[in-house]
Amino acid sequence: MNFDLSEEQTMLVDSINKFLLNNYDFETRRQLASSDLGYSADNWKTFAELGWLGVPIDEQYGGFGGSALDVMLMMEAFGRALVLEPYLATVMLGGRLIELLGSESQKQSLLPALVQGQLQLALAYDEYGARGNPAWVATQAEKSARGFRLSGEKVMVLNGHSADQLLVTARTSGTLAQSGGISVFLVNPNQAGVDVIPYITTDGSHAANIRFNSVDLDRDSLMGEVGQSYSSLTTVLDQATLGLGAEAVGAMEKLYKTTVEYCKTRKQFSVPIGSFQVLQHRMVEMFMRHELTQSTMYMAGLRNLEGGNVAARAVSAFKVQVGKAGRYIGQQAIQLHGGMGMTDELDVGYYFKRLTAIDALMGNTDYHLTRFGRLDTAS
Amino acid sequence: MDLSIKPAYVQFREEVRDFLSRSLTDDLRAAGRLSTSVFHNKERAMAWQKILHKQGWAAPHWPEAYGGTGWDVVQRSIFSEECLQAEAPQLIPMGLQMCGPCIIGCGTQQQKDYYLPRILSGEDFWCQGYSEPNAGSDLASLQTSAVSDGDDYIVNGTKIWTTYAHFANRIFCLVRTNRDCKPQQGISFLLMDMDAPGITVEPIIGLDGVREQNTVFFDNVRVPKSNRVGAENDGWTVAKYLLMFERGGQEYAPGLYHALKQIKSIAKQEGDGQGGHLINNSLFMARVHQAEIEVAALEFTENRIKAALGSGQSPGALASMTKIIGTELSQTLTELAIEAVGVSGLPLQLDALEPGSDVAAIGPEYALTAMPRYLNTRATSIYGGSNEIQRGIIAKTVLGL
Repeated sequence: MNFDLSEEQTMLVDSINKFLLNNYDFETRRQLASSDLGYSADNWKTFAELGWLGVPIDEQYGGFGGSALDVMLMMEAFGRALVLEPYLATVMLGGRLIELLGSESQKQSLLPALVQGQLQLALAYDEYGARGNPAWVATQAEKSARGFRLSGEKVMVLNGHSADQLLVTARTSGTLAQSGGISVFLVNPNQAGVDVIPYITTDGSHAANIRFNSVDLDRDSLMGEVGQSYSSLTTVLDQATLGLGAEAVGAMEKLYKTTVEYCKTRKQFSVPIGSFQVLQHRMVEMFMRHELTQSTMYMAGLRNLEGGNVAARAVSAFKVQVGKAGRYIGQQAIQLHGGMGMTDELDVGYYFKRLTAIDALMGNTDYHLTRFGRLDTAS
Repeated sequence: MDLSIKPAYVQFREEVRDFLSRSLTDDLRAAGRLSTSVFHNKERAMAWQKILHKQGWAAPHWPEAYGGTGWDVVQRSIFSEECLQAEAPQLIPMGLQMCGPCIIGCGTQQQKDYYLPRILSGEDFWCQGYSEPNAGSDLASLQTSAVSDGDDYIVNGTKIWTTYAHFANRIFCLVRTNRDCKPQQGISFLLMDMDAPGITVEPIIGLDGVREQNTVFFDNVRVPKSNRVGAENDGWTVAKYLLMFERGGQEYAPGLYHALKQIKSIAKQEGDGQGGHLINNSLFMARVHQAEIEVAALEFTENRIKAALGSGQSPGALASMTKIIGTELSQTLTELAIEAVGVSGLPLQLDALEPGSDVAAIGPEYALTAMPRYLNTRATSIYGGSNEIQRGIIAKTVLGL
């Protein structure tokens, strides 16, 4: 058993840290967040040039064939700087699902473009009432003369505002919440009947709700077998959840360290407030929860290589740990910064909001705690 | 980064398992199973120590030259895990874990030659004289005095929370040999015989109704200076050596997983009042699973520490947090256990808990240990440097506050 980074992993993380140090200060990020695109197209080009977009994509499509763990280490570094570029949406959700479900020609036409930074993707799977359950699919795809006719509404589609192609889950048979009968379609968002409603989320990310009003789809827009996509979908969502959680681990690290530094300099009653025991113990708790979450991150990343029940259960354990620790560290960071923590001026609030958003995305703490229990073979 | 286990370790685990299945009698396993404290039944623990000593396994963490096994950190961890699985009684730590390492690190050759073999064999039974009625978390303020008188010290004072002093024939003590300096600099480390004239032992009955602790009084007790470990006034260094020795050595996760397994087993047997079993109660099980996730987080923190130690790196800040997290989780789990057994945990039945007892349990046998463990485990966040003291240490040494 060892927890050392490989040479490649160390180089990858170093190059990301270097890029972020030079290009991602708080003011730059704030401006990107309020731009129409919500991220930098130039940065995205750089991500492609540095090979980052291909990390988890197979070598035959121009990628590096890396593991979920490699991506987690990247995302942890992204999390420390609150990177806005849609890595999770395009690469981890879109790219990986195409890799698992797509036909050879679909993969050939999409994945190299993705790796080269020429294709933005979004996975439209979440719906009102789903509460994290990817089998909760009310969106319907009926058979039609051309192929399929798509109707329904998807919510919180990450990168939905800028995606060149959408991957949409829809029910081709079965009833709500059934795992069978779910199919995935490749949809051009500019097609007639597709209504994209973009918005900025509370943490500064950009996303969209998307309505499909009897959208006519060709037969070859289907990705994978009809009604058989649930298993691939959960595999991809689990790996993306690992990435999302790793991003939170990076954000937590930055947040607790920022808080410690602030409490060393902020004076009240003529002394640094960090000299007060009640605050010291609070910060020790923040430190410990970050470390424990990082340990869980390694566990989930390493168990993901084993696959099956063990891997899925570790993902849920990690997301629960991320949710709980993220809440604690985020809330305490605000509290210990006092009034300044409540303002838009400091980065603290942005980290807090990102951690809050991460808990809600891809199944919150309760969803994953329930799933962790359901997958418990010992009870 | 990987989770692979070397084949040699798999084979080692088999060897340990085989030895345990051959050597552990039903009586010893019962003592392990029924124990409700980190301090197991004295007779059974010492009987088990004799068996381990014969095998050369009584002190895996000692250097080989003094009777250790030469196992690495992973092997030691495998050994502990297997002992736990097999429900072996746990060895009493005062000699093997506390006094022994101090003598190894700071004792004279003569002290090593005399005391270490007697600790290993169990011939000597040690207790620890550190805390005093007015020196708990602030240990360095201890007042028990040792005044020089020729080749001896004359010791006067009181030690408290002295676990198993009523069984011990030896005590290792921190005593004050100088008052005109910083508190830490005037302390010496002394080895004493419990039958020395002037030592008296009074019992302290715990919350759980068990006599585990004692108060030890010293009234003009004469101790030869040759029984001092380390230099005069340098006892604090000797005591701190133990902390270094133990660093990252203690693992909590295996014991916590064992406790989780027991809780789930109880939940399968206890009714839920609705015609099903407690295992179907989602509110209760959510708390169990939440605890399980926290145990996994600690397990991998301990794995990170072991991996660092195994490759000669320092585990750094991680090692300082496992005591806090491990003890708090053990408290969470003993609390879940009393909730799992419900009113069956309330009858006071200390007799039925004695190993070899013929007193039948009132109610289900799995409920016997729940309440005494819950009560006893409250101590884990107090002893060994309270968790508040531990947080203070992290604030200072890790966060630089």
